[in-house]
Amino acid sequence: MEQNKNWQSFGELNKSEAYNKEVNNEFNEELPMVEDHSGFLQAKAPRRDFLKYLGFSTAAAAAAASCEMPIKKAIPFANKPEDIVPGIADYYATTYVQDGDVVSVIAKVRDGRPIKLEGNTLSPITAGGTSARVQAAVLDLYDTARLRFPTIAGKEATFEAVDKAIAAELKGGAVIVTSSITSPSTKAVIAQFLAKNPGSKHVTYDAVSFSGMLLANEASYGKKVIPSYHFEKAKAIVSLSADFLGTWLSPVEFAKQYATGKKIDEQAKVPAMSKHIHFETVASLTGSNADEKYLCRPSEIGAIAVALLSAVKGGEIAGVDAKLKAGIEVAAKALTANKGAALVVAGSNDKDIQIVVNAINDVIGANGTTINFGATVNYRQGIDSEFAALVDDMNAGKVNTILFHGANPVYTWPAADKVKAGLAKVKTTISFSGKLDETAAVCKFVIPDHHFLESWGDAEPVTGHISFIQPTIAPLFKTRAFQDSLLKWSGDATEYTSYVKNYWSAKLGGENGWNKTLQDGVINPATPVVSGATINSSAVASALIAVNAAKASSKIELALYQKVGIGAGQGASNPWLQELPDPVTRATWDNYIIVSPAMAKTLLNIDLNNGGQADAYEVQPPKKVVKLSVDGKSIELPVLIIPGTHPQTVGIAIGYGRAESVGKAVVGTGKNAYPLACIKNGTVNFSCADVKLEVTGATYPVALTQTHFRYDTTQGNRTEVMKEMTFAEYVKNPKEILEDREAEAKPFGGLANYEKDATIYPVYDRPGIKWGMSVDLNACNGCGACVVACNAENNVAIVGKPEVLRGHEMHWLRIDKYFSGDMENPKVVFQPLMCQHCDNAPCENVCPVAATNHSSEGLNQMTYNRCIGTRYCANNCPFKVRRFNWADYTGADSFPDNQEGEVNDVVLNMNDDLTRMVLNPDVTVRSRGVIEKCSFCVQRLQAAKLDAKKDSRPMADSDIKVACQQSCPTNAITFGNANDKHSAITKVRVDNPNRSFYVLEQLHVLPNVTYLAKVRNAGEGEEHAEKAEAKKEA
Amino acid sequence: MTILRSLAKIVSIFLFITLSSSIGNQLNAQDGKSLFSQNCASCHAVNKKLTGPALAGVEDRWPDKKNLYAWIKNNQAFLKTGDAYANKLYNEYNKTAMNLFPTLSDKDIDAILAYIKSVPAAGAAPAGGTATAAAPAEESDSTLVFGLLTLILAVVALILLQVNSNLKKLSDDKSGIPATEPVPFYRNKAYIAFIAIILFIAGGYMTTVGAMNLGRSKDYQPEQPIYYSHKVHAGVNQINCQYCHTGTYQGKQATLPSVNVCMNCHAAINEYKGEALKRENGDVVDGTAEIKKLYKYAGFTEGQPWDASKAKPIEWVRIHNLPDHVYFNHAQHVNAGQVACQQCHGEIQKMGEVKQFADLSMGWCVNCHRQTKVQFKDNGFYSIYEKFHEDLKSGKIDSTKGITVEKIGGTECQKCHY
Repeated sequence: MEQNKNWQSFGELNKSEAYNKEVNNEFNEELPMVEDHSGFLQAKAPRRDFLKYLGFSTAAAAAAASCEMPIKKAIPFANKPEDIVPGIADYYATTYVQDGDVVSVIAKVRDGRPIKLEGNTLSPITAGGTSARVQAAVLDLYDTARLRFPTIAGKEATFEAVDKAIAAELKGGAVIVTSSITSPSTKAVIAQFLAKNPGSKHVTYDAVSFSGMLLANEASYGKKVIPSYHFEKAKAIVSLSADFLGTWLSPVEFAKQYATGKKIDEQAKVPAMSKHIHFETVASLTGSNADEKYLCRPSEIGAIAVALLSAVKGGEIAGVDAKLKAGIEVAAKALTANKGAALVVAGSNDKDIQIVVNAINDVIGANGTTINFGATVNYRQGIDSEFAALVDDMNAGKVNTILFHGANPVYTWPAADKVKAGLAKVKTTISFSGKLDETAAVCKFVIPDHHFLESWGDAEPVTGHISFIQPTIAPLFKTRAFQDSLLKWSGDATEYTSYVKNYWSAKLGGENGWNKTLQDGVINPATPVVSGATINSSAVASALIAVNAAKASSKIELALYQKVGIGAGQGASNPWLQELPDPVTRATWDNYIIVSPAMAKTLLNIDLNNGGQADAYEVQPPKKVVKLSVDGKSIELPVLIIPGTHPQTVGIAIGYGRAESVGKAVVGTGKNAYPLACIKNGTVNFSCADVKLEVTGATYPVALTQTHFRYDTTQGNRTEVMKEMTFAEYVKNPKEILEDREAEAKPFGGLANYEKDATIYPVYDRPGIKWGMSVDLNACNGCGACVVACNAENNVAIVGKPEVLRGHEMHWLRIDKYFSGDMENPKVVFQPLMCQHCDNAPCENVCPVAATNHSSEGLNQMTYNRCIGTRYCANNCPFKVRRFNWADYTGADSFPDNQEGEVNDVVLNMNDDLTRMVLNPDVTVRSRGVIEKCSFCVQRLQAAKLDAKKDSRPMADSDIKVACQQSCPTNAITFGNANDKHSAITKVRVDNPNRSFYVLEQLHVLPNVTYLAKVRNAGEGEEHAEKAEAKKEA
Repeated sequence: MTILRSLAKIVSIFLFITLSSSIGNQLNAQDGKSLFSQNCASCHAVNKKLTGPALAGVEDRWPDKKNLYAWIKNNQAFLKTGDAYANKLYNEYNKTAMNLFPTLSDKDIDAILAYIKSVPAAGAAPAGGTATAAAPAEESDSTLVFGLLTLILAVVALILLQVNSNLKKLSDDKSGIPATEPVPFYRNKAYIAFIAIILFIAGGYMTTVGAMNLGRSKDYQPEQPIYYSHKVHAGVNQINCQYCHTGTYQGKQATLPSVNVCMNCHAAINEYKGEALKRENGDVVDGTAEIKKLYKYAGFTEGQPWDASKAKPIEWVRIHNLPDHVYFNHAQHVNAGQVACQQCHGEIQKMGEVKQFADLSMGWCVNCHRQTKVQFKDNGFYSIYEKFHEDLKSGKIDSTKGITVEKIGGTECQKCHY
């Protein structure tokens, strides 16, 4: 097999000088050692000093230790509730709701504190999947920036005072501005409020709205709704810049569906795989996963949609350049070949483009198969023009009272100044924000709402699917449910808690039905209905005219995008999400301008094909700052060069530059890009044509992790970590990878004898249990949910930007991103890499104190209390998965000096008593100077074994799910006892012999993690071109 | 001969019957003991009135055994039959409802009754405990003896050395070797070096032992907010440990009882009438006054119904402290491992105020893991260790040693440190 040449950095691609130097170093920085040859006594710490310090510290330690032991108290309950056992976690079904996003979850509550969220497998929508933001939500509960009491004009007030003051203000009506509300009972509460307070109205406002699609569906189908999508039924998927795996509409749901079509059944007689063609403006998560990717400008999306419509109808393709034309041809071919099992989605917020997309979907038979109008979704309901009208009303002084819940327009509306000016003219402004966000800061009354983990409630993400919210902890602060305020102000004495209960008990057959439903957390419709909607073709004609009329630009364009972790800005104050390397850029803690390698050459004068210049860009964190100006607005941000971006398009993430009052994590991280958006045809348009870029001469450090933990071994370099092939190659010879591995192991007696014959060490028995993991690279889309899940489960420390800059990040699980092929539009593979728990582990042999050694169950154990911090193990680890605690990130040491000046405010804030409530009490909090790494969630393994022992039965797969596996929306990770013939891990390995491989297998470290090779359904067209080129060279 | 042979036959049959029946009885009583402690012990003792009556002689008190079965399984239903004895009993115990035990079979109840019969009447001291308690005292005695012996031998050696040097001097004088200036023994370099080395070794040893004992607190016995005597509760009154320490079988923590658990009994038991309570220093404790302290925490006024919501938690001083980097789970040891409480906590049923029995050091843990057998055949979890089961059968593994905790990885780091 022709191995694709994988690369992670430009230096690696060029084998540059700095790359060669760096790969041999474990740590990015020089060690602070001063070489001193002036003689022993003249040294900075001569022998006498050494002895003095030694004597003093021994005496001090002895004195400290011989002091009286601190007296610890053991305080039991006064009245222990029957079903609570201290030390045993309780699990409650609830729902993650953030603005319109809904994911059914199970909250793990340990001794009264929710500490971890897991997906609820009873929900058919997400089926146990979560996202990075869901995983991080539990940390928001313990955010020190949360408001602790209601305020009037910034001063603490009681609820009674607030109610009294507001009651008088509601006459003449009020406007309620909310983000999309998925809760049926909340909608009923709002309706009741509107009825009781005549002249009131409710405006739904989404920061990143789907107005274009809602209006388009109204024009096409007569219904202002968003249908549900079924990517799992689609054999051909075309996305016009819709990031449906990362941020578009319902990524957890779509990731699960998408992976269904991407997983390969090796046992099937005819292997099948869906094909995904992506038109991309700025590199995105979805684009990175696509089988074929074509780069375009944001302004070309309309033309592509029109051309695609024409092509699927069998017509001509016009109005696009040759490269895109080829792409549209491939797309049209795939779509028409799979009529009834095809799907086109577009990320555009332009009504006309969405109407054209509707027309395409109608032609390819998606309507009623992969697009279901029988079950519409409620994730996004906001119409931009309604809010725009409200802003005008406010400025005209027509609004008397305004209430904000979820919506934060002072930050997210493109013309934020207008909102601010308007609010100044509104007499009574009320915010229900849990934090003092940008809008709450200019409101007179702030009545903080509960966190969702403290709330009662419900959500209806998809028509007929109800997901319930129940509190997992009593409210930490003096907060009140938004609905309670509304009920009170509409003269209803019912508390929202009983309101929800009454609302549903009646429908669910009383108390028992309600309790059962709360336990499950969800109600699902008995039989899912899939139906289409009749399209109104007259709308298409006018839409086509409008789209064609839009001028194609030839200048540089800007695309604003959302990051997987930060979203529209909700994740910005969460340190876990800020430190999560963005899957696409692998950068943390900032936003920046993304440019293509081609633009880097013209704009920054960096030729990445030149090793030296690549190094100059890549080795040091400071990046050149560029001033971007458009329509009289400008922003100065550092530039990152990300392959897979259109040469004439630049990208900036929204969601940064938040007010400092929302949390320590936002201080000094990025700039607000919302003002760069514009309103076009009545909807907010997140792209701009004709932007100007100027290099400022300044630099700004960006904490980029792509080049961290890279390595090269003498036996073979890391390109061999990754194995990938095209689907065509796989169909031709499924055993290709297996044959390669066989050939490699042949000198050592073949694969069967490889373990025994290739070593001088004895082979150890693994009686009973041998833990094993398998990661399907076809299912993994790199979303990062596992990384945050690992943070939460294993108390992995946040280190802050300055430390990430030095390569000190602590993530036990990282998602490596590999490029291959053309630098401008490369193929991308994601590979989650954690400790491989090698049976012949190189780290174990070099530890001078045996702090890391092997267990009889195949675990590579790390014992923190024995570790003396030599870091030999980290140096000797071929996968670079061991992490060293360079400073006291967790506050576990008793010496304050280990934190002062070493860590920033964000890290210190993680040690606050409130924030520390999120820690998992079953996992040791590591102190300075020790190594740590993935433990295969050993605390969960031990708990699973104990559960089985308590019941006197063998362990089952259902007993154990490691944190990363549990969080994964695509079930890419399988884990279990490989000695058990019936376990899932054994089944995966037996069923997928052809694609299974071990990373760096030739080193004979014998990992316990298998990977299933990436198979990409890349086009035959591309292949032909490549082969032709190869022939020419030959 | 034939007579002898038939005699032998009769004797052997008789022996067989008696033996087998006695074994059967024993099994019965053993099952009964565990059933008793799981189901009954929280409210009943054999020889003592607790929440419920003392159970010794219970079979004789009930006219019909069938009624007894019915009563135990569902006392509420049985009360409704209007049985006179049952109703009398119910009223006698302030109409405190007994728990229902629908899962107990007649056989189980027989086993429990057999156990109750097998328990000797009050006053008969349990054997065995005293011998082990005496052992540590002997040990300390012998160190003293060894120390004295060493000292005497050292003095003898010193004297002999002096004698030797004097004799040498004498013989030197005789053979005319000029006498060197006599060096007093305290300036003798050999002595000084010898003593220095001894001091260094002894000092080093003591420092090491001392350092190793830092942070360990064997025999720690702090004063508690209430003088709570395990001797009175678990010893004399034989209340099952799990009646109060409810988490022991389920989770990591054994858990301390909440105030309402204390009040289950102490709402009725308001004075202490047992043997005088004494602290280790000989101070006499007024048991009744200690019960009143409990009432203060509980917010209970005698003679009035208790409002549980007024209770305040009791702030006990924690005795058994493990470092943060150690994971210890009670259920693993007591439930899965069937380890008795006393193994780690000492003879708690004889302690007044609790004292830390073990040093809770890692060496102490690991030693036990090396020696203790797991419930290899009884617990279904271990069925996955097929190889060990085969080796046990084939005799490759010594079945008397069995499968120890160490054998299945119980001394590996990440069994306790993660």
